Amino acid sequence: MTVEEAAAEIRERDAVRPRGGGTKLGWSPRGDDAVDFETRGLNRVLEHNEGDFTAVLEAGVPLAEAQAHFGRAGQMLAIDPPLGEGDAATIGGVMATNDAGPLRHRYGGMRDLVVGVTVVLSDGTVAKSGGQVIKNVAGYDLAKLFTGSYGTLGLIARVAVRLHPAPERTATLVAESDDAAALGRAAVALAALPLEADCLDVDWEGDRGRLAVRFGGTTAADRAREAERHVSLGGTRVEEDDHELWAQQRARQRSRDGVVVKVAGRPTDLPAVIRAAGSASVVSRAGLGVSYVAGADVATLREALAPRHCTVLDGADRVPDPWPAVDPGALKVMERIKARFDPERTFRPGAFVGGL
Amino acid sequence: MDGRLAAAPEGPTIAPGAPEAGAPQRDLRELVGELRRIVGDEWVYTQEHQLRTYESDGLLQYHAIPAAAVLPGTAEEVRDVVRACARAEVPFVARGAGSGLSGGALPVEDGVLLVLSRMKRILDIDLENGRVCVEPGVTNASVTAAVAPGYFYPPDPSSQIVCSIGGNVAENSGGAHCFKYGFTTNYVTGLELVFPDGEMVQVGGYELDPPGYDLLGAFVGSEGTLGVATKVWLRVVPAPETVRTLVAFFDSTHQAGETVSEIVQGGVVPGAIEMMDAKAIEAAEQAAKAGFPMRGAALLVELDGSERECEARFEQISAICERHGSDDVRVARDEDERQRFWKARKAAFAAMGRISPNYFVQDGVIPRTKLPEVLDRIAALSDEYGLVVANVFHAGDGNLHPLVCYDGSVEGEAERAEELSGLILEACLDAGGSITGEHGVGVDKKKHMPKMFGEADLDAFQRLRCAFDPAGLANPGKVMPTPRLCGEVPGPYRQHPLEAAGLADRF
Repeated sequence: MTVEEAAAEIRERDAVRPRGGGTKLGWSPRGDDAVDFETRGLNRVLEHNEGDFTAVLEAGVPLAEAQAHFGRAGQMLAIDPPLGEGDAATIGGVMATNDAGPLRHRYGGMRDLVVGVTVVLSDGTVAKSGGQVIKNVAGYDLAKLFTGSYGTLGLIARVAVRLHPAPERTATLVAESDDAAALGRAAVALAALPLEADCLDVDWEGDRGRLAVRFGGTTAADRAREAERHVSLGGTRVEEDDHELWAQQRARQRSRDGVVVKVAGRPTDLPAVIRAAGSASVVSRAGLGVSYVAGADVATLREALAPRHCTVLDGADRVPDPWPAVDPGALKVMERIKARFDPERTFRPGAFVGGL
Repeated sequence: MDGRLAAAPEGPTIAPGAPEAGAPQRDLRELVGELRRIVGDEWVYTQEHQLRTYESDGLLQYHAIPAAAVLPGTAEEVRDVVRACARAEVPFVARGAGSGLSGGALPVEDGVLLVLSRMKRILDIDLENGRVCVEPGVTNASVTAAVAPGYFYPPDPSSQIVCSIGGNVAENSGGAHCFKYGFTTNYVTGLELVFPDGEMVQVGGYELDPPGYDLLGAFVGSEGTLGVATKVWLRVVPAPETVRTLVAFFDSTHQAGETVSEIVQGGVVPGAIEMMDAKAIEAAEQAAKAGFPMRGAALLVELDGSERECEARFEQISAICERHGSDDVRVARDEDERQRFWKARKAAFAAMGRISPNYFVQDGVIPRTKLPEVLDRIAALSDEYGLVVANVFHAGDGNLHPLVCYDGSVEGEAERAEELSGLILEACLDAGGSITGEHGVGVDKKKHMPKMFGEADLDAFQRLRCAFDPAGLANPGKVMPTPRLCGEVPGPYRQHPLEAAGLADRF
């Protein structure tokens, strides 16, 4: 399938739900009458410009496949969300849901890595914004607008991304504690240091938690050991074979049959988030203040953490209100954006924040 | 830069989308009276001698006198001024320090200029969470000064001593360190905005991922066409443990270009990699006296980060420079020497004034690997036009700043320099690049937009603009190549308040 063929098909449709690997279907209500438009036909890596550290991908390319491709040149797309069943998550789906993993600590999210986008609007318009170079301020940044829009503005068809060198080696400093406040303090203290760590997570389950700081590069293990002196918790160790550990951290962001809430807070909120989670498990991007709580009661969590925004990811199709409240003034502009880009309300009407 | 064209090409225009545009001068006395009530008499300028200060931004060949310049002191005053303009259907242009290089802050004649330079308070510093909250008139350099020495604010345009954060937000400013650290858009976590209808909202703040569409992403870099930012929340980051800087000299830009490729290819992401060609070195040396030899190219490489990683990589980089033909690699021994290196680099623009009466600064981007062929093409164009072009680049991210030299007192030379400058952009586009990496489109580059974007792309941009500013009052005549009207908001029917009140009908 070409992007133009996709556009021709979308133009004929009354209701569309873009679908990539189908690994996050429960993340928002379905949208009235929406019929899936599968991106699996848009599955080509169109360009990989090794010398320029850029690539152009069609939206339906599975992220795992893209990473394997880039990896052969010692490069990576610096985003590592959980890939879902069969590692099927696609680049378009990850972008549409603004999903991310532990690497967000250093490299930011999809919005920070995408340098250009081609979208298909409901009238079949194929429009692009940005370009293929890593620095560019010509025109409006529609790539960011479509990132995290959950497929409600149009179809993300093609994505140009910036790549980074994949670290030759990694190593992780781990510390454990049964004191949530101490873990929180340790994470905030580490975030204030120029460690240039790739990842900084805190997780909590039952009555214990741990701090994990990952380093990349030729000197990763040395730097992990050096960072130990900055951690005032007992029981620290350095793991050089750390892939399983980080796969676990990613897995904690998802739940097959439970509810996962993303809390957008501040780093200093962490002890309060752990307290509010009660018996639920928490994995937090501790330097960013973004936490994933699995198995909590949504209303209780929202009440305890207000005014922080709590968004339901897994299980969103089973709770009354998966989205946080939006400022009414901002919502007005969002409604106008929706009306301009999708005037017939073809793309997942009513499925997004504030009934967008 | 001070070569003023008598008739600015594609000069200041008011979009017909803006109400009353093209009409004979309107009587704005009522509006001006209201503005005076909002901000106080002393902060509204209407006399020509006062307004002259604001007739241009950093790009002096465009100039226009607004009907009034208003200097609000608070966010609420900005909101009230915008509201008054919206009610009177008068276009307005927001201006920070006026150091922009694309005419983005060029006033609209018969419009209001909203000068934000009084709003320069740092409102909050929260280092535990890595945030500062500032008013838009705060200068870029003072953000770093406020959080030093433990932290810094990475985007560092060359004008950082004077340019304002509000202007940086409008232009999505970059700088020498953005290859590693990113641009303004990667550092803005919240904005208090006044939309063009006078509605004021806060989007984001200290936390990431505000719900709904990414209005921050849409707004940063929108060049003042979507509204006015009245508060800005920024991410600041820990200052690097160490910084190592070297300058290597080569016989040719080819050698220097290949050095850049190999450094980056080897998995190193330096804090900065800057290149100057012979002409730029000559000018910089005259101004900064850093002791640079007159060679074909100079490469400034800065590594920052952890002591260990820098140490390991620095040796590697020196070796790469030598392998590609550099017989003169100078390592900064202390902060003083490092500052001297940087002073020479940052002086390169202004220093051109010493070797040429006038010049245009161009701002194109290419994929880094296309550097040699694009440089050849620029050299060929320079020969063809008989005009000197000096080159200064942010080489890491392929952002070129060719300086096209000319003598404004020679009949027709400014026009030829302008033409040459445009052809350089076409060379960038042919190589798969962009017409602007950091200076913005403004008025200066809107004529080039159709070379980079098709009609459907521009139409999609217009959809966004109309969502924010259906009346076309915010900085009209910028960014988009041709003025466009927004038309009715399509979409689901909504009852107008006048209909609800039984005062109007819709047919």
